[in-house]
Amino acid sequence: MRRLWFVFFLLVPLVCQSSIEAYSFEDPEKEARYKVLIDELRCLVCQNQNLAASNAELAKDMRRLTYDMVQRGATNEEVVTYMVDRYGDFVMYRPPFNSSTYLLWIGPFIILGIAILVLAMIIRRKGQEQTPVTSDADLQRVEHLLNPSKDKSA
Amino acid sequence: MKARYLVPLGIFIVLVVFLGIGLTLNPRDVPSVLINKKAPEFSLPDLFDENRVVSSESMKGKVWLLNVWGTWCPECWREHGFLMYLKGEGVPIVGIDWRDESAEAKKMLAQEGNPFLAVGVDPESKAIMDWGVYGAPETFLIDKEGFIRWKYAGGLNAELWRTELKPLMDQLEGS
Repeated sequence: MRRLWFVFFLLVPLVCQSSIEAYSFEDPEKEARYKVLIDELRCLVCQNQNLAASNAELAKDMRRLTYDMVQRGATNEEVVTYMVDRYGDFVMYRPPFNSSTYLLWIGPFIILGIAILVLAMIIRRKGQEQTPVTSDADLQRVEHLLNPSKDKSA
Repeated sequence: MKARYLVPLGIFIVLVVFLGIGLTLNPRDVPSVLINKKAPEFSLPDLFDENRVVSSESMKGKVWLLNVWGTWCPECWREHGFLMYLKGEGVPIVGIDWRDESAEAKKMLAQEGNPFLAVGVDPESKAIMDWGVYGAPETFLIDKEGFIRWKYAGGLNAELWRTELKPLMDQLEGS
């Protein structure tokens, strides 16, 4: 009985997947390109999903358009340009490097740079603190405390 | 020494400012790339007569509004009364009934009044994708030369009309 349930639950993902329509391709190269495109294009209705993952009606229509364009022999750039001309850079999941996105791209490296700089400063300061200046008098006292026999013999 | 205790406070303030900006931005407000560009052409079957065609061609030489709506969209119902007011003001509005049941759409217009000069039906998002529409209602202002001059995603209201839309329309009408 338990094993039966196990098999049943294993089948659940199949049911969930079937909610997105299947397009048939004769050309496996086109199919691969279609998959790449719907993976890289954003659904504008549910903005944290790409076209491949979204169930929104608009995403469905955008997938169909992508399919039609790929079937008609459009290149990946042509499909992306078509979408960007209408919906802007936002439709791409990986934003291009331009004036409005440069901070997004180089920001993490700037923060990393600052972090390394701060770390270097802290290490240097700690290094300086650990070289204690001991006076001759103190050294003699230490000598005296550690080796009292030496004193007596002298 | 005292300055050291101010560091966490400083970090906190910077964080609050950034989160504040982040929270007040509207993530749905995708900047339109179509402003000041030539309006895309469309020709769609008429909602009231399938054999007729509603096209952007017929609006040439006019300053007009394009309104994308659907009976499934609650904000469109809220906006509808204001569109009726705009009709009274003599504003030419063309509607695109997006991904909708034609029977439902006709019922709504019969019940609430029809503010549109013509309504085209777009069940497969063919035309609206050209306009970069991703939600309803959405309204575009097109000038005499057929350029998009203004766009608003969301329901129109008296405030917007008074402060933005009307002044812009008067200016375009005069030119």
